[in-house]
Amino acid sequence: MSAKQKQDAGITHDGVFFAQEELHKMHDKMLFIRRFEEKAGQMYGLKKIGGFCHLCNGQEAVCVGLNHAARPDDNIMSSYRDHGHILARGTEPTAVMAELLGRSGGVVKGKGGSMHMFDASKHFAGGNGIVGEQVPIGLGFGFSNWYKDDGGVTICIMGDGGINQGAVYESFNMAALWKLPIVFMVENNQYAMGTSLDRASAETQLFKRGISFKIPGMKIDGMDVLEFKKKMDEAIEHTRSGQGPILVEAMTYRYRGHSMSDPATYRTRAEVDEWRTGRDPIARIQAQMIKADLATEESFKQKDRDIKKEVAAIAKSAESQPEPDEAELWTDIYTDPIAGAYPYPGKVG
Amino acid sequence: MSKITYREALNQAMAEEMGRDDNVFLMGEEVAEYNGAYKVSQGLLDKFGPRRVIDTPITELGFAGLGVGAAMTGLRPIIEFMTWNFAMLALDQIVNAAAKMKYMSGGQYSVPMVFRGAGGSAARVGAQHSQSLENWLVNVPGLKVVMPSNPADAKGLLKASIRDNDTVIFIENEINYGDVGEVPDSEYLIPLGKADVKLTGCDVTIVAHSRMTGFALAAAKELAKEGIEAEVVDPRTIRPLDENTIIQSVAKTNCAVVVEEGWRFAGIGAEISARIMERAFDDLDSPVIRVTGKDVPMPYAANLESLALPSVRDIVEAARTACGRA
Ligand SMILES: Cc1ncc(C[n+]2csc(CCOP(=O)(O)OP(=O)(O)O)c2C)c(N)n1
Ligand SMILES: [Mg+2]
Repeated sequence: MSAKQKQDAGITHDGVFFAQEELHKMHDKMLFIRRFEEKAGQMYGLKKIGGFCHLCNGQEAVCVGLNHAARPDDNIMSSYRDHGHILARGTEPTAVMAELLGRSGGVVKGKGGSMHMFDASKHFAGGNGIVGEQVPIGLGFGFSNWYKDDGGVTICIMGDGGINQGAVYESFNMAALWKLPIVFMVENNQYAMGTSLDRASAETQLFKRGISFKIPGMKIDGMDVLEFKKKMDEAIEHTRSGQGPILVEAMTYRYRGHSMSDPATYRTRAEVDEWRTGRDPIARIQAQMIKADLATEESFKQKDRDIKKEVAAIAKSAESQPEPDEAELWTDIYTDPIAGAYPYPGKVG
Repeated sequence: MSKITYREALNQAMAEEMGRDDNVFLMGEEVAEYNGAYKVSQGLLDKFGPRRVIDTPITELGFAGLGVGAAMTGLRPIIEFMTWNFAMLALDQIVNAAAKMKYMSGGQYSVPMVFRGAGGSAARVGAQHSQSLENWLVNVPGLKVVMPSNPADAKGLLKASIRDNDTVIFIENEINYGDVGEVPDSEYLIPLGKADVKLTGCDVTIVAHSRMTGFALAAAKELAKEGIEAEVVDPRTIRPLDENTIIQSVAKTNCAVVVEEGWRFAGIGAEISARIMERAFDDLDSPVIRVTGKDVPMPYAANLESLALPSVRDIVEAARTACGRA
């Protein structure tokens, strides 16, 4: 290949050109998230991570595709299944791992854990553990984009279970009524804990859930990062251009149980395999890149070894951090504490 | 000084704060074109336009959450609940989101906003529209709870609440909206967390907030006829509570009556009595007496309704008992 050809190298997906640099970035980030989540699973098994821990293995293309489409100043609101989203956003992975371990260098100083990841500097606003709660909050972020007229949009993520909450429809109505710049994104991974979509939803085509609010819907293959990024670009452009909110249904699948305590006996091995081996987003982009001569099987293997090493080093470094200082118990409750008022620290025991 | 109503005082507070800071906006049911269900937002739409005074659908959980999200981005929402009874639909956003966001985000996101509206018992509207729910909200770390008892306090406290960088629960009293009082003409703020001694006296301390402050002052007048000098302390901010002012008063009077309109069980009175016991046990000559609403849903019939609520007479009797002159 000549230097010129190399520069032009890439993949054209459905009329959209992806340069090799972007392809590598997307691939590497997806693989990184996969290995990071595996490590988190391991650390959980060793009882180093406590409580609830929701992994996103299988859903990496959604996290990464979304972040390649969104601008750095767009707001992203997530549920508790947030490791992949905050990593895709570019937050320091050691801080994410430290948070899982409840350490002082955690992204929220060890006060949140797996479910409550926030990074305000990256416009990543949680990390919300009450199913559906983030949707009205996301509405507020979108309202703020409109009020400040800052050109940003808000991407508000919910699950196929979360979309059944009443607050979601209150938010759809107001977002559409006031034409707010919001992309509502439902990660349809087919299950809400042990409840399959068809056992919980009268309308299983979730992208249609906005129809009575005049919110257009798009169903996107969330196992294909190129397709996802392309369609997400369109959805974001729709709302950024002032046409009001849009609802995106990302078709995806979680490979692991709902949380670490879930053996996922409510689904068949065959079903899991069908997604895992048939539609895996990482295997897919690897095959596409090899076919386009942008990488080789060996180069991907090497990449994988490098990432595993990197993740191991991250875990080690996070683990070496101290637990939060005990004084942290009392900080971040109020911005303007009122001196002498019980039950503030140092007051009546 | 001008004589204005409690309602006008609240209206002036919002108008002044909206005038000085474009980040402040008012949102709620009927706040704009209808000028407010209780006319607290009268004229604000004309003054500030539809970008900043926004009518919502009837969707408390949704617009409460909108306020939380907007506050996290640096705006300063005033979210009006037509009454606090309807805020029960929005409790998740108040308790699980607004109050905890700063902590959960390790200090990255603050929620500088005011949830306000009419609270307390109303007149003849039955169980669902007539109740005091402040003790639910004061229980939550991360929230501040403010309950003004007169027009001057209403204005100064609301202005301070709008400027506060945390989430403030501002509970107005539905029956007090028409009360008239003296309000300073020049700009002033009343800091949160500071009680006010509404009447000084040396025989018995009466702690009362919101509408009950007026009841306590009326009781003090009765008591004065009998030669009992009551000191009336209005905490004004229930959380955080200005405990020192209460304790200092008890140190002087050696007895206390705590009055609240809400239910007795785990109420504000229980909390204040416990604090007096913890910090002023040796000053007490007699047990603290609580005067509270009865432990029943609010009935409709006029006679039953008045039985359900604390009365001036109840406070007078409690005060006599507390200071040993029953
Ligand atoms: C209001 C509320 N109810 C119940 C729960 C318990 N819960 C946590 S996750 C979950 C399932 C949600 O599924 P879904 O929205 O599809 O998201 P996913 O876990 O698949 O990402 C439930 C019921 C909760 N956290 N909040
Ligand atoms: Mg799901």
